[in-house]
Amino acid sequence: MTDTRQNPANNKGGSLLQHSARTRKRNAAERRFRAYGIAAISVGLLMLCVLVTTIVGRGTGAFQQTFVTLEVELLESKLDKSGTRDIDAIKKVTTFGYAPIIRAAVEAKVAELGIDSPLKAKEMAGILSKDAAATLREFVIANPDQIGETVEFRFLASSRVDGYMKGRVSRDSIANDKSISPEQLDLVDALVSAGVVEKTFNLAFITGADASDARPEAAGMGVSMLGSLFMMLVVLALALPIGVAASIYLEEFAPKNWLTDIIEVNISNLAAVPSIVFGILGLAVFINYMHLPMSAPLVGGLVLTLMTLPTVIISTRAALKAVPPSIRDAALGVGASRMQAVFHHVLPLAAPGILTGTIIGLAQALGETAPLLLIGMVGFIASNAPETIADGLLSPNSAMPAQIYEWAKRADPAFYERAWGGIIILLIFLVTMNTVAVILRRRFERRW
Amino acid sequence: MPTLWLVFTLIALAALGFVLGRQRALASAGGDVKLLHSLPAYYGHNVALSAIVPAIAVLAIWSLAQPMMIESRVAAMIPAESIAENTTVSLVMSDVRRLAEGLDQAVEAGVLDAAGANALEAQTIDVRALLAQVGVALGSEVSPEVLAAAQRYRSLTATGSILKTVVVLLLSLGGFAWAYGRTHKDFRARNVVEQGIMALLILAASLAILTTVGIVFSMLFESLNFFGLHSWSDFFFGSTWAPNFRGDSELSILPLLWGTLYISLIALLVAVPVGLFAAIYLSEYASGAVRSFAKPLLEILAGIPTIVYGLFALLTVGPMLVRIFGQGEDGLLGVEWMSGATSVLTAGLVMGIMLIPFVSSLSDDIINAVPQSMRDGSLGLGATKSETIRQVVLPAALPGIVGAILLAASRAIGETMIVVMGAGAIAKFSLNPLESMTTITTRIVSQLTGDTDFASPETLVAFALGLTLFVLTLGLNVLALYIVRKYREQYD
Repeated sequence: MTDTRQNPANNKGGSLLQHSARTRKRNAAERRFRAYGIAAISVGLLMLCVLVTTIVGRGTGAFQQTFVTLEVELLESKLDKSGTRDIDAIKKVTTFGYAPIIRAAVEAKVAELGIDSPLKAKEMAGILSKDAAATLREFVIANPDQIGETVEFRFLASSRVDGYMKGRVSRDSIANDKSISPEQLDLVDALVSAGVVEKTFNLAFITGADASDARPEAAGMGVSMLGSLFMMLVVLALALPIGVAASIYLEEFAPKNWLTDIIEVNISNLAAVPSIVFGILGLAVFINYMHLPMSAPLVGGLVLTLMTLPTVIISTRAALKAVPPSIRDAALGVGASRMQAVFHHVLPLAAPGILTGTIIGLAQALGETAPLLLIGMVGFIASNAPETIADGLLSPNSAMPAQIYEWAKRADPAFYERAWGGIIILLIFLVTMNTVAVILRRRFERRW
Repeated sequence: MPTLWLVFTLIALAALGFVLGRQRALASAGGDVKLLHSLPAYYGHNVALSAIVPAIAVLAIWSLAQPMMIESRVAAMIPAESIAENTTVSLVMSDVRRLAEGLDQAVEAGVLDAAGANALEAQTIDVRALLAQVGVALGSEVSPEVLAAAQRYRSLTATGSILKTVVVLLLSLGGFAWAYGRTHKDFRARNVVEQGIMALLILAASLAILTTVGIVFSMLFESLNFFGLHSWSDFFFGSTWAPNFRGDSELSILPLLWGTLYISLIALLVAVPVGLFAAIYLSEYASGAVRSFAKPLLEILAGIPTIVYGLFALLTVGPMLVRIFGQGEDGLLGVEWMSGATSVLTAGLVMGIMLIPFVSSLSDDIINAVPQSMRDGSLGLGATKSETIRQVVLPAALPGIVGAILLAASRAIGETMIVVMGAGAIAKFSLNPLESMTTITTRIVSQLTGDTDFASPETLVAFALGLTLFVLTLGLNVLALYIVRKYREQYD
């Protein structure tokens, strides 16, 4: 240090305390570079925030629904003309037969509350969902003894009314809308202040079935959740044993030769094959060649199994590799066969790692959509919950991501809301599965 | 018996075999475990495995082979002159299968009884109208030959299924009896069982190869069918994509390839700088706390299902871009460059977000693998941290980073949901990123969903597209691995 001070030639006239222009430039470049890094991370995290807030902001509405409470008089003269309570005769009355009863109920309610409305009874009933008559009919068929009584019902409001209650539909936006008029909205406002129309938690969205294009207010995720559940059962039942068996062979027994090399290269390549290619495989092999039923969760599960296998194999091999050789040596030393050493000692010790990998693989499979499009799990309206296990595996169904895609395709803001809501449910499942995987790893991971 | 029940029966037999085999071994040793060659459970496993494994194997092979055998026998029935021009045997066979399935459904729905389905004659009854009643739509009028073939197809399938049940059950019982008979205290059960398990392990490991073979062959066969119906030069070198279900379509991959590559390019333009700088910051600058906070959060982006990104593109990013670039005077820029929410930019941006963690975590690993001594050397010579990174660390990590980018590109090319929902459906060559364009994966989805007719080039083209996609992504992966292996510096 002192040398430089004594030798001005080295210092070029500058001071140690004051940076030269070149140093300042270099330091500025350093700060810029650092700022780029911070900016990149911020962009990534910002995108995550935007994504999460969009999903939550747009999707929570689906968990609430507008209901209209009405007292309905189940007129015997309309529903059971013979008066014999013969169930077959009651079933002959279609939903059209129930419409006048609902109309009368709405009119009676409006008159009772003293609301002054220029609307006709039919237009007043227009604030109810098209599903209302079907709900009523189902109730009457289930309880024929109630005919002639007055029963209180909570009907779904139509999707436009629901949108109005949630702020999605405004008086300006309905100018060209034929399904609702400003007068109907006035009526809704009056009914809201009377407590007849209210917005409550919507359990039917979580448990219910999908509904047709005209009734977004009645659509739910329940049946497609069952479809996903059955697919995941198939994936678990196949991918876990096959994946573990393959990994045990490759990690513990396989001799080093060209065949093993081919298998290894194959597995790593399969992990990178686009998921839609597995869909093509499923369509060509399982449906077109083996004639398994279209849209069945069994086929979906088989396709997803093939897709998940590389993930399971890769993580299982890592878990097996982490078990130290001393465990195997000790087992062999006390007289176990190689097979016994693996199955009695190595495998149990690797189990937490294997389980973690399997859960992550399942989570990946649960969110996968593209292969399901090709095997027909989209475009199918899953309206009935399966009754038996075989039914659940073989009869056509949808799956959660496929259902979300289906709603997104319908180009109706009411269905978009359902799609975002569906994503919330899907993400809750994924977050839970990943959390369980992380906890398992933290809790049982051993350091040797 | 339905296959599911057959499998359940086999499982029950195996369970029974385990119990009985174990008991017999113990009985032969007079209840003294020490006299047995193997542990008692091995004798049980031996019987159980003998009862179930060969039977399941035969069941699987039979289920795969039966359709093929029946096809070839039925196909031989169709006289050559009844195959019209422009069609092939396999196309007529798909009609036969459709008809046979339709008859099955008609019997199930109660429109026909089993005998009636076999006695149908094309001249007397309008089969097409009959099947339309049960919701089976047939493409063309049913000729007598096709109907006869379909009836033959059904009867062969029925006989085959009965035969399959009998053979599988007999095999299972036979295996059971044989293994049970061999069970004795001196029988080396453990060695036999371990050999059997080893065979099963090898089988499981080769399933990976089987999957690849399945992928390649299923696409190859259908692609060959496609090239039989459509000229390959138009597919690879034509310039128009205009499928037309009345026939005479122009099916060229080039406009689709252009759309795919353009969208992937935009995605990489977003993901590579952001991902790379994030990786550099995380591995070189960030403190432990920041790293353990930001890295998992970034990786969440990789765990989000693509359907979520697709919806985000369709409903959030697309409309946002329209507000900026579209809507004329009302828009933010006051220009009218964009008409719909779907565009190359929409899909590209969202896909870029999806790929950020992909690039960042791969590059992070690679940058971390560069030895500390190289950094120390550079810093010791007076370089600043950023100079060290730019001139020492990055060149050393370059092959790995290029590999990571290639892997990300392969992901972008094969990505489906984002482009299905965000990119649009118009196949064209255009440089304008605000126009909607279509990709290979989108067209595969649109050609294969809904009612597919495996006899038309418009459906079969999807397999040729799929094969191209497979080869493309596989090629990129292999290239990435090759670059990493070839140019990797060895530091130890």
